[in-house]
Amino acid sequence: MFRSILRQSRAFNGTTTRNLATATTTSVTPRIKTFKIYRWNPDTPEVEPKMQSYDIDLNHCGPMVLDAILKIKNEQDSTLTFRRSCREGICGSCAMNIGGRNTLACLCRIETDTAKETKIYPLPHMFVVRDLVPDLTHFYKQYKSIQPYLQTENHPADGRENLQSIEDRAKLDGLYECILCACCSTSCPSYWWNQQEYLGPAVLMQAYRWLIDSRDQASRVRKEMLQNSMSLYRCHTIMNCARTCPKGLNPGKAIAEIKKQLAFD
Amino acid sequence: MLARQGLGLLRQPITSSLLSHSIKLSSTRLVLNRSISTIKASHEKEQELLIAQRKNRPESPHLTIYQPQLTWILSSFHRITGVALAGMFYALTCTYAATSILGISFDSASIVGAFATLPFIIKLGAKAAGAYPFAFHIFNGVRHLVWDFGSQLTIPGVYTTGYIVLAATGLLGTYLAFF
Repeated sequence: MFRSILRQSRAFNGTTTRNLATATTTSVTPRIKTFKIYRWNPDTPEVEPKMQSYDIDLNHCGPMVLDAILKIKNEQDSTLTFRRSCREGICGSCAMNIGGRNTLACLCRIETDTAKETKIYPLPHMFVVRDLVPDLTHFYKQYKSIQPYLQTENHPADGRENLQSIEDRAKLDGLYECILCACCSTSCPSYWWNQQEYLGPAVLMQAYRWLIDSRDQASRVRKEMLQNSMSLYRCHTIMNCARTCPKGLNPGKAIAEIKKQLAFD
Repeated sequence: MLARQGLGLLRQPITSSLLSHSIKLSSTRLVLNRSISTIKASHEKEQELLIAQRKNRPESPHLTIYQPQLTWILSSFHRITGVALAGMFYALTCTYAATSILGISFDSASIVGAFATLPFIIKLGAKAAGAYPFAFHIFNGVRHLVWDFGSQLTIPGVYTTGYIVLAATGLLGTYLAFF
């Protein structure tokens, strides 16, 4: 391991300029790719949202869509606005609609076919703050509403930890990894039409994560909160959520499990 | 906005004797250099601005730009065929009730007789228009029942069952339309 770190640092010192995270190859023929990006400016609200084209030479760009839009912002148009942070798919900031599907720009490879243009929109059916930045206030409020924290009535005997068996802990796998990027919720047609009342796949999956946690003792109240026609049952098993999740999780399955639990209540 | 202006001030070395003057100077410079318009506002005023901005903001595009996927396309067909079949059912029952009140003969034999006189291509079209939505809605309904038991709720499962439903719809629909 030490040797590999050494090798990495040597390779790093060898490069003269530090461009993007991934090394770019240089070839003679430029590979010009067109990106069409949704633009809207709150300072000029009377101007309708429009699609703006940007050309990028893929020979001088990293492999991911985030690399491309960072390059556009750095070199062509500094007014282009989007959220980004970790560039490795763990923060969920750069969620957007790329080529018609919701994903994280940092995990989405640029389609190398330069004949086709890539279209980038903000997350669908959300209020736009500016360009690719959607307003997620309501989404976060919905997350808060399901009380996403451990609720216990009696404290652990040793006064320190709430213990859990390995089997019970394994039930949380595939649920706790959610980074709340809102890709799934904003891909869901039910969430598009009933956003004000339907909680949406991301929030419901977290509701399920707390329902099945063996340490949590508030499951009766948690179920009561979902037992109405809108919060949960607007899910019609469309499964866009699982199809689009950049982390490979399955909110649709989690919602089906909640429905099964509530059916026997 | 106010925070940004504050950061700009920190960049300038401020001596105590020139404090008020340098604040004025640096804030004008900041505006010139970065062309950011800053508005001095109270918290309430900021909230008002925010609300005024929110009234104008557009909704991002959705159905028209989303990639066609088997998941939501089949789901929308399920809804459309369900509404159409229910509409046909109600239309038929209402017509039956209305004609029996008005004393017009509208029994199975007369409908079959009237239908038989139509040209072949119209008969086929009418049967196909009923048969394919009916077959699809039945098979996709079974698919939903399977899902409600928590089965086949993975992306491979969703796609496999989706293609099975489409194939079965093709077979049963064709059978009902032609034979």
